[in-house]
Amino acid sequence: MGVARYWREIPARYNLIGKKCQVCGKIYFPPRSICPTCRRKSIGKMEDYKLSGKGTVESYTIIYTPPPEFSDKVPYAIALIRMDEGCYLTGQIVDCDLEEIHIGMRVKACFRRIQEDGKRGAIYYGYKFRKV
Amino acid sequence: MREVAIIGVGMTEFGEIWQKSFRDLVAEAGIKAILDAGIEGDEIDAMYIGGMSTGRFIGQEHVGSLALEVAGLEDLHIPSTRVEAACASGGVAMHQGYLAVASGMYDIVVVGGAEKMTDVVGGEATNILASAADREWEAFFGATFPGLYALMARYHMHKYGTTPEQLAMVAVKNHYNGSLNPKAQFKRKITVEDVLNSPIVADPLHLLDCSPITDGAAAAILAPLDIAKKYTDKIVKIKASVQACDTLSLHGRKRFDSLPAAVHAAKKAYEIAGIKPKDIDLAEVHDCFTIAEIIAIEDLGFFEKGEGGKATEEGLTALDGEIPINTSGGLKAKGHPVGATGVAQINEIVLQLRGEADKRQVKDAEIGLAHNVGGSGGTCVIHILEAV
Ligand SMILES: [Zn+2]
Repeated sequence: MGVARYWREIPARYNLIGKKCQVCGKIYFPPRSICPTCRRKSIGKMEDYKLSGKGTVESYTIIYTPPPEFSDKVPYAIALIRMDEGCYLTGQIVDCDLEEIHIGMRVKACFRRIQEDGKRGAIYYGYKFRKV
Repeated sequence: MREVAIIGVGMTEFGEIWQKSFRDLVAEAGIKAILDAGIEGDEIDAMYIGGMSTGRFIGQEHVGSLALEVAGLEDLHIPSTRVEAACASGGVAMHQGYLAVASGMYDIVVVGGAEKMTDVVGGEATNILASAADREWEAFFGATFPGLYALMARYHMHKYGTTPEQLAMVAVKNHYNGSLNPKAQFKRKITVEDVLNSPIVADPLHLLDCSPITDGAAAAILAPLDIAKKYTDKIVKIKASVQACDTLSLHGRKRFDSLPAAVHAAKKAYEIAGIKPKDIDLAEVHDCFTIAEIIAIEDLGFFEKGEGGKATEEGLTALDGEIPINTSGGLKAKGHPVGATGVAQINEIVLQLRGEADKRQVKDAEIGLAHNVGGSGGTCVIHILEAV
């Protein structure tokens, strides 16, 4: 896959920059161009908004059968996280025993290596989450 | 809009079918359906064929044209269209076929679905299936397709006390039903212990909580109800055909213990059909994972939200239960050739309503429902069928 595909997502994946609807004030991540509440009224009114990175585990799973890019990481935790701003996202939970992870656990985003394009290809970074 | 009938069905055996190509599978299902309906090739006005990822499974796109050629209909130059909606490709092809006949545009329409998943090796099939999830915001971070359903499973267990044993009972039931279906991939009965002792794929889901990688194809022939009698006495009417969609990603949804698209489609389908969930005699639901069946039987209104696990444990969804679910063995045991699944579900309901389901026949089945889901719930198609 060409690197431009990853490069263009850098603001959101490195710095958790989502969008805020200037009409209703709702915050969205990943970024989107139309607010599903305000729809037409929100066109051109979706502004960049940096999330605090803080959130709560809504659900989680431990992956034992990974995609090829993650085969050296198993077992690893994937969680559905409700960010304090109200939006949800999917990410890994790291730096803790897998047994410690539970629904309701408070987490904070950190900047990590996510995967790489083979042994000689580009390394892709983004957010993962740590226990607070 | 005209009323639409299914006048014929056909499907291949499901499984790891090394000796048959994608073309062979499409041909076999199509021929069986055409013979069942008793139609001539030159009566066919259009074809719709569901295929999820033919491009990645066999390196072949443009399978609308391929299906036309396989059927020997090229000199008629009729439109043949490939339809894609991940694992709901077959259901959406059915819906498109229904719309084409109901609108009056076409009379005889062939709906097909096919997937050849075992020509790729290693973990490639799993990787291709992950493209039903959000590549940039789920899969990129390491979420797998079973992983997304595992997130729903954990959520459901936490909120309602659903247990791993109850999940396993879905697989046990569907394997039992599969043992009665000569076309099923798995005809072997399993126990709750077998499921719980199988390797964990994405905790809390074990290998035997997951549907398999399968080759197969299925077809159905649609016609306006008023001319259906010309072809057959075994008419099954489509009482409702509804498609609903939702966000591509799971994290984009409003809730995680339900597929909102399924709830929406079900409500609309019951309204159109003028019936209630209790009027349904049997249902084929999209059990790509055991938790998916539990969520489905709640979303469809057969049981209260949160009661699906308990209902399964009490045997209410068994072949002789209150509402038999997945009499074919479901995706779990019958197999899940992704593009074919939606049409294969229709095959089972039609056989049941015609009283031709042999050892797995549900007594006095008059109304059946098929529930086909794409991805983690981004698309849901519901068909309600009735014996005429
Ligand atoms: Zn808004």
